[in-house]
Amino acid sequence: MTTRFALVDCSSFYASCERVFRPELEGKPVVVLSNNDGCIIARSNEAKNLGIKMGAPYFQLRDFMEKQGVAVFSSNYELYGDMSRRVTNVLLQFTPNLEVYSIDESFMDFSHLKEEDVISHSKQLRERVLQWTGIPVSVGVGPTKTLAKVANRLAKKKAADEGVMVLTNTSDIEAALEQTEVRDVWGIGRQHAARLQAIGVGNARQFRDLPADWVKKNMAVTGLRTVLELRGSSCINLEADEVPAKKNICTSRSFGQPISTLSEIEEALSTHTVRCSTKLRRQESYAGAITVFLLTNRFAKDASSDYYSSKSARLPAASNSETQLLRYANALLKQMFRKGERYVKVGVVLSELVPAEQVQLDIFSVENTEKQDKLMMTLDNLRQRFGHAAVKYAVQGEEKNSKWAMKHEHLSQCYTTRFEQLLRAR
Amino acid sequence: MKENKTMRETIYWTVYNNDSGGPTQQLLLFSSSVRAGFPSPATDYASDPVDLNTYFTRNPAATFLVRVEGDSMINAHIDNDDLVVVDKSLRAVSGNIVLAFVAGEFTIKRFVLKPDGAYLEPENPKYESIKVSSPEMGQVWGVVVGVVRKFDKDHKHDNTFRIS
Repeated sequence: MTTRFALVDCSSFYASCERVFRPELEGKPVVVLSNNDGCIIARSNEAKNLGIKMGAPYFQLRDFMEKQGVAVFSSNYELYGDMSRRVTNVLLQFTPNLEVYSIDESFMDFSHLKEEDVISHSKQLRERVLQWTGIPVSVGVGPTKTLAKVANRLAKKKAADEGVMVLTNTSDIEAALEQTEVRDVWGIGRQHAARLQAIGVGNARQFRDLPADWVKKNMAVTGLRTVLELRGSSCINLEADEVPAKKNICTSRSFGQPISTLSEIEEALSTHTVRCSTKLRRQESYAGAITVFLLTNRFAKDASSDYYSSKSARLPAASNSETQLLRYANALLKQMFRKGERYVKVGVVLSELVPAEQVQLDIFSVENTEKQDKLMMTLDNLRQRFGHAAVKYAVQGEEKNSKWAMKHEHLSQCYTTRFEQLLRAR
Repeated sequence: MKENKTMRETIYWTVYNNDSGGPTQQLLLFSSSVRAGFPSPATDYASDPVDLNTYFTRNPAATFLVRVEGDSMINAHIDNDDLVVVDKSLRAVSGNIVLAFVAGEFTIKRFVLKPDGAYLEPENPKYESIKVSSPEMGQVWGVVVGVVRKFDKDHKHDNTFRIS
């Protein structure tokens, strides 16, 4: 059976989300900053055309952007997460065979469509997502996931009002691969790209035509798979909808400004630990070990010691109890903390995860574990209903106005997830 | 969230493999709240309670809530501080109440097509209608499909936990 995949990609997704609720920014340059307003992580086309680079530090471009009238936003993942869910729900109406690849990209199985219907179907999908959610998307279709990616890149380059590229016949695919640099092929890392370049393989067509043996020898099976996909035989299927449980869970944030006092770091670490253990319980796992890491300012001239330090502890029995994890996290922090150091980031990693049904109970504290389970379930329910700040530990302190709270001076409203921040109209 | 195990009973039938003697498979026989006494006669008729979300929103992916400011739509029973339910998937037809973006502001008005152009009309004689002569002047963002009002004003914005 011939396969056909579509890759649907939201154009400048974060910037587009902001624009849905600020229609006056249509056609204007928009950028979104990383956590702590550090650097630029999303740009509208207008911002790209001003020469604003991905990853550029915000403070370097602040004046320039102000002069150019660029709208600047702190990242509002609560909003982007909800808008992403909406886009996915619209896509699911076209086929249930869908893989959410990232917050702004989904692969869809289009194998069931008749060849002559693919373009109209893709255009309809694009129109519907835009009409229903306000988010513009581009659609690339090809016989394999890798070719759908290639098609999508080209769709984006086409006139803004089309945004659809379908690769079916051999000559179209040939032309598309000629226009695609090998480093832009899905699955080709930077090192392999440089190596291929060195032997004169510049575009995707040249890469596709390399002998399979050479590719397998030099780029392993994953490289070979990419070549086969470019030749049109599908090797990478849609992933099952369920995200595999993570092997490690990490929560960390940079501080709004450098911190030298233990109690403030404890507040930040405790807040991260609570969030991290919430994630742990959401994927129905228990943690066997905990690691705390602490970073000092790498750029400070007087950096006297290591920039990165970390300490781990194994728990007596796998646990998902945040009260227990908090005790360990803060004990580890105390062992690492040094006076006089200026710290910029703290984080916690939960590892040696075991699925809930495989947990070896600590036979001396079964009763205690049951009590803890009930408590944690209650906390999770409360937080789900009333927000993450609803139930806190004293050691978490007050995030607002603290030094460790993230800086997000250009945060938009959570228009779709909080009653007090809804859109307003006269 | 995993279901609360203590609230439910699950009964399994364990199948033994005769060769090894060990259990090989568990079959789910029954899963329900188990009580002593008669089983509830309603079990076969179980259904979810009515849900206001489904009443107001036909299309959740395209539905947005918007807070009303002012009384320009009072005669259409849309009051200050009400929530309106906006469906972005619908294309406005003349006579619909819409959420529009005009002159840099969101506004809720009745959308009326007349021979000389499109109008956004208030439902309050104190206000004037707005003529939209070009797409640059304004656009319809979505169609208002319902209004939600709570009488208890104090709790209108409330989504935090209160202990009284």
